[in-house]
Amino acid sequence: MIEIQNVRKSFGSLEVLKGIDLTVQKGEVLTVIGGSGSGKSTLLTCINGLEPIDSGRILLDGTEVHAKGTDLNKLRRKVGIVFQQWNAFPHLTVLENVMLAPRKVLGLPKAEAEAIAVKQLTHVGLGDKLKVYPSRLSGGQQQRMAIARALAMSPDYMLFDEVTSALDPQLVGEVLDTLRLLAQEGMTMICVTHEMKFAREVSDRVAFFHKGVMAEIAPPAELFGAPRTPELQTFLSATH
Amino acid sequence: MFNYNFRWNQALNALPQMLDGALVTLQIALLSMLIGVTVAVLLTMFRLSGNRILGGFATAWVELARNTPALFQIYMAHFGLGAFGIHLSPFTSLLAGIAFNNAGYLAENFRGALKAIPDTQARAARSLGMPATQAFRLIVMPQMFRVAFLPATNQMVWAILMTSLGVIVGMNTDLAGVTQELNARSFRTFEFFAIAAVIYYLIAKAVTLAAHAVAWRMFRY
Repeated sequence: MIEIQNVRKSFGSLEVLKGIDLTVQKGEVLTVIGGSGSGKSTLLTCINGLEPIDSGRILLDGTEVHAKGTDLNKLRRKVGIVFQQWNAFPHLTVLENVMLAPRKVLGLPKAEAEAIAVKQLTHVGLGDKLKVYPSRLSGGQQQRMAIARALAMSPDYMLFDEVTSALDPQLVGEVLDTLRLLAQEGMTMICVTHEMKFAREVSDRVAFFHKGVMAEIAPPAELFGAPRTPELQTFLSATH
Repeated sequence: MFNYNFRWNQALNALPQMLDGALVTLQIALLSMLIGVTVAVLLTMFRLSGNRILGGFATAWVELARNTPALFQIYMAHFGLGAFGIHLSPFTSLLAGIAFNNAGYLAENFRGALKAIPDTQARAARSLGMPATQAFRLIVMPQMFRVAFLPATNQMVWAILMTSLGVIVGMNTDLAGVTQELNARSFRTFEFFAIAAVIYYLIAKAVTLAAHAVAWRMFRY
């Protein structure tokens, strides 16, 4: 369970998170929508401790992420994150990209790490690209590789930060299909996205962020069907 | 006015000796690069550490190495340390001086190379649970070496040429030292130094070509 309690966060004088309260249950798929600069991406990087917070608490299965004694390296094994820019490691082959962390972070033997990597890469449809370097892949393929790389750590939670935003339109579908597959398999996920159709389809709940505040949160039918705040109404009419 | 008679035979007869000297030259240059790269990686990590003492130490090293003559650096390693009772052989002080110089230039080269690697690489590595040092070693450093590799071969060539400065600390087994001694005995100055120059040129060229081959093999991505 991810518990976010009254979290505040500023970059300089700009407050990007103004007291967020949110709980994500095991197995839940939450999508987060909102305009750029609404704080939704920042929230994700706070959840795995990549960004510090100014006040409030984030609890991951009861462990406080930003507490002094928390071993963030250990905690991050439980939380996979995939970024908008997929951040493939260019000097490693696709297979090496995916098996690196299981080997070096989890300390698995080479054969076992390789078996996991092959399984995850096959899962995202890259079973025939094991030996190539990321530079030979399309953006969509690199993004799927990044998803496989995060999944190879067998995380309990997955965070997706606008994973289709940097892709050519014709490549968006293949990545969203991968996310759908994960959602069906019961992965606990928070997806920051601009894909409204996707959000409507896979989410258990959708949260709407506006200027650092979580303005609305509801099941998709309700949130898209009957937006309560004028901000969400404006946002939805602009995206359609 | 121009009555110098070339006597190439005498110089060519000494070629085996000079080639032995060339091997010593190459040996010093390679060792100095090995030490230089290792120290430069440490200096780079010191500068990234955020620790003021370590960072200051690294900056001082880079500043001294890059802004004082190599000749002075080798001289200090031999006679400077000698003043404090630390007596290094000509070979060791020449190696130390060049390694010091290499480390400074390479650390600066690595710093430039680091700027070419996006922060998001380390971020992605950290998000997979890697500690900062592991992320640097496995993700950032290999990419840094790629960017820095060809500029570093310049430093290797420079290291080869710097070995000739060993004559000031009494080095007499490397190419410059051997040539100098042959010259002192025969006064066939032009011949000996012309041949030495050709050998230096060939070593430098061979190293550059070898480096390109290694780069082609190593950096396939």
